[in-house]
Amino acid sequence: MNLRQYLAAKDYKDNPGRLAEDIIHLVFLVLGLVAVGSVLVITVYLVVSGLPAILKIGPVEFLFGTRWASTAAEPEFGILPFILTSIYGTAGAIIIGVPIGFFAAVYLAKMAPGKVRKVMELCIGVLAGIPSVVYGLVGMTILVPGIRILFGVPDGATLFAAIIVLAVMILPSVINVSLTALQAVPREYEEASLALGATSTETYFRVSVPAAKSGIFTAIVLGIGRAIGEAMAIMMVAGNVANMPSLFTSVRFLTTAVASEMSYSSGLQREALFSIALVLFLFIMLINAVLNVLKTGGKSR
Amino acid sequence: MIERISGKRRTWCGFMKAFCYISLALVTLLTGFMILYVLFRGLPHITGQLLLTVPSMLRNTIGILPDILNTVYIVIATLIIVLPIGVGAAIYLNEYASNRKVVEMIEFAAETLSGIPSIIYGLVGMLVFCQFFSLGTSLLAGALTLVIMNLPTIMRTTQESLKTVPESYREGAFALGAGKWRVIRTVVLPTCINGIITGCILAIGRILSESAALLFTAGFAHNLNGFIKGMSSAGATLTVALYVYASERGEFDIAFAIAAILMILTVIINLLTTYMGRLMKRRNGQ
Repeated sequence: MNLRQYLAAKDYKDNPGRLAEDIIHLVFLVLGLVAVGSVLVITVYLVVSGLPAILKIGPVEFLFGTRWASTAAEPEFGILPFILTSIYGTAGAIIIGVPIGFFAAVYLAKMAPGKVRKVMELCIGVLAGIPSVVYGLVGMTILVPGIRILFGVPDGATLFAAIIVLAVMILPSVINVSLTALQAVPREYEEASLALGATSTETYFRVSVPAAKSGIFTAIVLGIGRAIGEAMAIMMVAGNVANMPSLFTSVRFLTTAVASEMSYSSGLQREALFSIALVLFLFIMLINAVLNVLKTGGKSR
Repeated sequence: MIERISGKRRTWCGFMKAFCYISLALVTLLTGFMILYVLFRGLPHITGQLLLTVPSMLRNTIGILPDILNTVYIVIATLIIVLPIGVGAAIYLNEYASNRKVVEMIEFAAETLSGIPSIIYGLVGMLVFCQFFSLGTSLLAGALTLVIMNLPTIMRTTQESLKTVPESYREGAFALGAGKWRVIRTVVLPTCINGIITGCILAIGRILSESAALLFTAGFAHNLNGFIKGMSSAGATLTVALYVYASERGEFDIAFAIAAILMILTVIINLLTTYMGRLMKRRNGQ
């Protein structure tokens, strides 16, 4: 069907109202596609501006090189320290943050009296809403000196400080998503377990939690996404030196590597920063894919 | 009953419960500590001079009036642009779309957008808006970047409230002979205005707390401008100013004063969203 036939079938001349309706439909379709367009633009821009440097430097040297000296006379662009820092930092945040978030969510979903739950919902909302630079600021003034004194290291701005800040920052999303999943567990499951003689605590942990498993995994993966993408807060507490990561050294994450050099970068260094962003983007896409699998898996059950 | 439970089971239950209480206490203490500490360190430094003047090299004083105005400008600009797009997209998904593939594609895109870290938005915003559209480092470029970041939020909240509009409202209006657009404009949208407002509040919260995406797109100048001039020139929002004062200039008192302002705004925004949520629940219950 070509355009003329289509227009004839629609009979717009005699139905100006229909023409208006169809135009409005089209406008809304275009507005809906803005999100799709944005994703495409972001992907294309990151690939186009990130790939050249990777190819110039060599994928292996770029990804597995252990030295980053972008402004040296003979610059080296190895981002393994950043990748490992991001992975260690995220893992640390998950190890500390997820258990706290998980137990808090179980309590809030199953045991908390109404008043406590209302207050806690506000607390979690505030925790989620606090700007990341404020976390960074508090980390800078309390955590960094605290770690220096407590562990006797020369500088408290370390991976450890970043891990703690990240653990706090992922708490709200871990709690909220697990809470929703736990609340969605059918009451009958729990009643059956109680009727069989399990105590209420046993019921919550052995029946409700397994039933909400996919939701809780989603919460963890979401937490990973948050932690790996955070930039400003950890830039203020992690010291920002391109070391191979260990708990009490000053480190640089993938995000902070981009943020800290962007403003004065040029040439290959600038291109390499875009390549780092591309690597970060791939990590995020991987996490998104896992989230999607979890979601469809949860639905089909 | 309790007596017949074996000791092992009882200890297990006790431990689990204890973990729950400890975790909850930690979360509460942490929130309380963050709020009180920031207010305690920041409030004494919030003075009229800080709020109402521009930074002056001559008198060696710091004022955050330009940053406050920049924040207001960027919030207004972002909302003006993101609202029609986000609400429109939600309306398309909920009212018009008949092709499942298209719906899935748009929803997938929105989800992807909400997972992308702000530093990447900052970079791409810089490449696309500052360089490709040659807006330069300006509040407008920052606002456009924030539009894309907040699009999923507005879409989701609007869509959720569109779903709660009873089908009978639409059918009633159709039965009276109204066209689709008229039904949406006069029946559906007014019914879901609360959801759109909630989306706006959430978006304002995100814009207030955003820093990484704005650092490269909106820059960090502290000039006092009107709205139109301000949009086309670089400027720091409160969060960016906080970062600059704390990290690069070591002015912790100023940073904490800004942090206190942001903290108060965060609490207000949360109270508002909770209130809106209750309002919507009550109305849907009726």
